[in-house]
Amino acid sequence: MSSIGTGYDLSASTFSPDGRVFQVEYAMKAVENSSTAIGIRCKDGVVFGVEKLVLSKLYEEGSNKRIFNIDRHVGMAVAGLLADARSLSEVAREEASNFRSNYGHDIPLKHLADRVAMYVHAYTLYSAVRPFGCSFILGSYDDDDGPQLYMVDPSGISYMKEMTCRELVKEVAKIIYIVHDEVKDKTFELELSWVGEVTKGRHELVPKDIKEEAEKYAKESLEEEDDSDEDNM
Amino acid sequence: LTTIMAVEFDDGVVIGADSRTTTGAYIANRVTDKLTPIHDRIFCCRSGSAADTQAVADAVSYQLGFHSIELDEPPLVQTAANLFKQMCYRYREELMAGIIVAGWDKRRGGQVYTVPMGGMLVRQPVSVGGSGSSYIYGFIDSNYRSGMSKEECLRFTAEALALAMERDGSSGGVARLAAITEAGLERTVILGNQLPTFFSA
Repeated sequence: MSSIGTGYDLSASTFSPDGRVFQVEYAMKAVENSSTAIGIRCKDGVVFGVEKLVLSKLYEEGSNKRIFNIDRHVGMAVAGLLADARSLSEVAREEASNFRSNYGHDIPLKHLADRVAMYVHAYTLYSAVRPFGCSFILGSYDDDDGPQLYMVDPSGISYMKEMTCRELVKEVAKIIYIVHDEVKDKTFELELSWVGEVTKGRHELVPKDIKEEAEKYAKESLEEEDDSDEDNM
Repeated sequence: LTTIMAVEFDDGVVIGADSRTTTGAYIANRVTDKLTPIHDRIFCCRSGSAADTQAVADAVSYQLGFHSIELDEPPLVQTAANLFKQMCYRYREELMAGIIVAGWDKRRGGQVYTVPMGGMLVRQPVSVGGSGSSYIYGFIDSNYRSGMSKEECLRFTAEALALAMERDGSSGGVARLAAITEAGLERTVILGNQLPTFFSA
């Protein structure tokens, strides 16, 4: 689906005759073309998974993180232009920090999502700047409000299932493995993080041993499915 | 100056204050209301300079109201207390304000936070303030028990205020009480001649 916005697509401060802002739509394309980011909410926490495409064998494991910590209790997984995403994570961190400084408690996730979304929106209003080419998922967990997940601009996948966080980590790994298109992109590194009762409300990267267990489960499930496909044929 | 007090109980808080405002020896207002609403379920008890505390309370009510609308939920007592602290600490050299913030919120129930002159913030199950408070620390320390009911707290507060108003020249008039719970607000006034009486030399 290609849209031609000749003449009306040069700046974010111009509407097209049919009421679209093409620059914003093009920005969303940057997100669509990037690799997958998932956030899933379960009853006692939230798990993030990101498929990080490895562009070169020279990259060290764990470089170019796409999951960020925004304050202790909030995590952010991104898709799209990584540089744009990094600067937005700084914005989110400042918002969360200023809130705590003014009001004395953790920023509610909805409020944080609103504030960052307002910031992102501001860049779609002027011709002097370009919109952010990334979308992100914010997740948090606390005792009072429970697990919460918010997306800023459509990207990734977000849904809720009834499982514990520990079980969910394996499922997220499995999803990323399934979604990974082997023909299009060769190697990838799985980045996993979680926040929930299991981490006492702190957003952290999933520990190495649990992550390895999850990847093993994911790879085994894929093999099983391959086998069953062959049998049916 | 004043006597003000606040007590936490299971379902909420009880706050109380005297009603005397003085300029020197003259009682400018003998029926003052020192219990000021900051939000639906959050009050503050004001002691110190009437002008300063009124100005700060107005500023905080404004900020809290805005914050509550942004969040689309009732504000936390802790948030109100922090806003008071920020202002009282930042302008500590210019202000003379001793404030007790008390109220009810969904997250932690009834809470009392004291912001004395200088701008410290600390949560306490019972707090007293103002010039009259010095005379009742002994009474508070020996008579407070945790787990009191609302009625017991009201009685406790009324007795404490009565004792302070009897001894402190800057406190007197009527005793104003309020009980704040999830259900709402109940304000009472105890007139001078109806206050609990104790031995007087």
